[in-house]
Amino acid sequence: MDANTHIVVVGNGMVGHYFVQELVKRHPDLAAANLQITVLGEEPRPAYDRVHLSSFFSGSTAEDLSLVEPGFYDRPGLELRLNARVGMIDRRQHLVILADGDALHYDKLVLATGSVPFVPGVAGRDRENCFVYRTIEDLEAMTAAGTKAKSGVVVGGGLLGLECAKALRDMGLETHVVEFAPRLMAMQVDEAGGQVLRSKIEELGVHVHTSRNTTAITDGATARHRMVFFDETWLETDMIVFSAGIRPRDELARESGLAIGARGGIAIDNSCRSSDHDIYAIGECASWNDEMFGLVAPGYDMARVTCAHLFGDTTNTFQGADMSTKLKLMGVDVASVGDAHGKTHGSRSYQYLDEVRKVYKKIVVSEDGKQLLGAVLIGNADEYGTLQQMTVNAMPLPENPEFLILPSSDGKEKSGLGADALPESAVLCSCNNVTKGSIGAAVAAGSCTIAEIKACTKAGTACGGCVPLVTQVMKAEMLKHGMAVNNHLCEHFPYSRQELYHLVRVEQIKSFDELLSKHGKGLGCDICKPTAASILASCWNDFILKKGLASLQDSNDYFLGNIQKDGSYSVVPRMPGGEVTPDGLIAIGQIAKKYGLYTKVTGGARVDMFGARVEQLPNIWEELIAAGFESGHAYGKSLRTVKSCVGSTWCRYGVDDSVGLAVQLENRYKGLRAPHKIKFGVSGCTRECAEAQGKDVGVIATENGWNLYVCGNGGMKPRHAELLASDLSKEDLLRMIDRFLMFYIRTADRLQRTSTWRDNLEGGLDYLKNVVIHDSLGLGAELEAQMQHVVDNYQDEWKTAVTDPEVRKRFRSFVNSPEGDNNIVFVQEREQMRPATPAEKQQSKIIQILALVD
Amino acid sequence: MSQLQQTATLSTSGKMPMSMPVPHADSWQAICPLDDIWPSTGVCALMHGRQIAIFRMHDDVLYAIDNHDPHSGANVLSRGIIGDLGGEPVVASPIYKHHYQLRTGACVEDAGTQLHTYPVQLRDGMVWLNITA
Repeated sequence: MDANTHIVVVGNGMVGHYFVQELVKRHPDLAAANLQITVLGEEPRPAYDRVHLSSFFSGSTAEDLSLVEPGFYDRPGLELRLNARVGMIDRRQHLVILADGDALHYDKLVLATGSVPFVPGVAGRDRENCFVYRTIEDLEAMTAAGTKAKSGVVVGGGLLGLECAKALRDMGLETHVVEFAPRLMAMQVDEAGGQVLRSKIEELGVHVHTSRNTTAITDGATARHRMVFFDETWLETDMIVFSAGIRPRDELARESGLAIGARGGIAIDNSCRSSDHDIYAIGECASWNDEMFGLVAPGYDMARVTCAHLFGDTTNTFQGADMSTKLKLMGVDVASVGDAHGKTHGSRSYQYLDEVRKVYKKIVVSEDGKQLLGAVLIGNADEYGTLQQMTVNAMPLPENPEFLILPSSDGKEKSGLGADALPESAVLCSCNNVTKGSIGAAVAAGSCTIAEIKACTKAGTACGGCVPLVTQVMKAEMLKHGMAVNNHLCEHFPYSRQELYHLVRVEQIKSFDELLSKHGKGLGCDICKPTAASILASCWNDFILKKGLASLQDSNDYFLGNIQKDGSYSVVPRMPGGEVTPDGLIAIGQIAKKYGLYTKVTGGARVDMFGARVEQLPNIWEELIAAGFESGHAYGKSLRTVKSCVGSTWCRYGVDDSVGLAVQLENRYKGLRAPHKIKFGVSGCTRECAEAQGKDVGVIATENGWNLYVCGNGGMKPRHAELLASDLSKEDLLRMIDRFLMFYIRTADRLQRTSTWRDNLEGGLDYLKNVVIHDSLGLGAELEAQMQHVVDNYQDEWKTAVTDPEVRKRFRSFVNSPEGDNNIVFVQEREQMRPATPAEKQQSKIIQILALVD
Repeated sequence: MSQLQQTATLSTSGKMPMSMPVPHADSWQAICPLDDIWPSTGVCALMHGRQIAIFRMHDDVLYAIDNHDPHSGANVLSRGIIGDLGGEPVVASPIYKHHYQLRTGACVEDAGTQLHTYPVQLRDGMVWLNITA
């Protein structure tokens, strides 16, 4: 390309932003490549994830939805202008004229203007509290109106309309869906599928009205609006959301004389070029072969083609798109593949209908019965990945294709397609165009968890629908690379942690020796011993330092303290919810002073005392216990703290008693051993001062109860917790947490925090909700009972330790001498002591700590 | 070193080296009753200012190595978890989890690090250690 080429991109939606990312990928140093890129975005914020827009209603913020990495648009050669609306294009002079009169010269222009929601020409459609569903601003307006409304209607029973209906229902409104066509999701689903979908959705309390053409919206008698239908029936409601399809935003192109497709949209060729050689159009505003694509994957595809074409690479062309979709609408699986309606000449179909479970499945096969042409799945879309790949890759059908959708009679999992049957070129993740080949390459380069695959290939990071299939391929590729999908804990046990947990539970195994002799070999090691110790503690909750268990414990549990770099230990008494009396604080101060310990307030809202030698620990703890404290388990892979804000008791904004709940939660789950440490937070209102959404379990008070968030994390890889359930009573909250924690303990890998566990959970948040809230595995009562057992068998480990002479005897530096380790030495800093550095030890700059008692 | 290896060979045979002749009777010292070391754990002995980790395996075979972990600079090896890697008995340092072979003192992760090993014996229920060897 010529020197100093100016590329102007109109639109900073998902596709527009993706195009810029592709440009930057090709030329990381834009200035060096003589490129000047200007991006014009009409909205007040940069690109965000419109596919997951509805998560805005379940607590995601605009920041969560953002697709733009901080600083991305700050690089030299790249400029993003927000609130910048384009008024016209002057093709002759190569100018883009902004609404504010500013003019920009372009060498190449890329139109990524997207679409607008279609609002039918009904009288009264401009009334107050009538909305569309497209931008974050639309959603903010809907949320505001929703707080004052009792009922809401969504006009349009398509994919977006049903998502919108879920949002209204979640806001607590009486929700109706009004659809012009005789069935829901008429584009994707056939008649029978529409029936099943409808009854599923009605079961969830949403009223569905099909074959209804709205003729006018007027004042209502019982609510704000009255919607009058063509047959003169009517429906009253407080708010209306139009979601009756989209129209391409092609007005700029029309006005500047570009060719327009037969059904609208900017006409483009296989290179995504419009009728003007210097203007490209990509995404929902473009029309290719008179076809428009309302999904993000084809938009991304167009962005890639355009970017390649701009730099003279013409091998890549746009070839249309597979419009197969799979989504979950209000918890109902809906999927459509290829020719779902069987429009291909001579095609035949197989159908399966289960009116009890409300499941409908259909496949469409070619006339000769050799190829799969399409499919519809409602109520259960487990086969989606298989059917979609079979269709797209024209793979040969098995002899009895009906078995592809029939439930297997023996209750066993279906073998599915077999990842090996897929060609290398098969696109597994159509959102991000990730092929089977690139998954294989990532595995060869060392990725062997689904989280790593996501991070390095981006597969499964947009809509997530492909995750089960990607996982299957990953495992198959690992086998091929001889990496054998080996989730064995270590060389001593040919089992995963989850399998060992199961064995311990089912066979009621109470000791490591029993576990090793029944299921392992050798002596064990520092991997399997602490893992077994943790599992035994999670199941039976025996004293961890009793003979037979003590030798299994990790360094910290071994002496019930956190071992520090010099071999000394830290001491952390529990302060539930961060609550402590003045007398308690004084006692801690006196004990720290007496034993010469360094004190610091921790991030978990309690006091940590450092520098204790092994032989000092029992004495220190004896005094702490006498002052009313117990172990804080700061050393364990177990519940650490429940952080709380001060809550409604004192705070003028508080909605509920967060400290009270935090104390209750901490006392309930203290001592619970888990695959890794667990942190809680409880906030008394949505200001969230306790930062509960950065915790494994976060609870936030609402006007109607408690919202439960799970799987958050601070630390190395921060992750926001996700909303699991809203407005819970305290009893329900405890039940949900019982189930959640026990399910985590049961299924997680060793040293896997809830956040990574969640990232690797096939089925994601929906699956977790089903298990925990809807009890889809029928485990609820069992998990609660197991938790109750742990709660009932709680003991203060330190109390047990100091009162048992045998155990107490272990706490000494030397078996044959009362002396302490002379390698643990301190120097003074900021009026306290700290461990001496090796250099200081050599120069003997050491201070004697004023420990009154040894 | 020859003595050390002798001890080690006897130890791995699974028999208690109780009847082993004591070459330098003076340099042996009684440390503690065997019962003071819980099975599959270690303790630290202080002998002439030197810290020595003594481990009791599940079958009462004993090993003794330096208590000092050169990778962390802390005296902690007696508090490590013991077990085996590929059949070779090891202790894992509680600080950075390096493994040391109990028979040879070699560090599994770092061939350049070698700990001292010491002859250790069980006599009439007492643990005896020799650090002059």
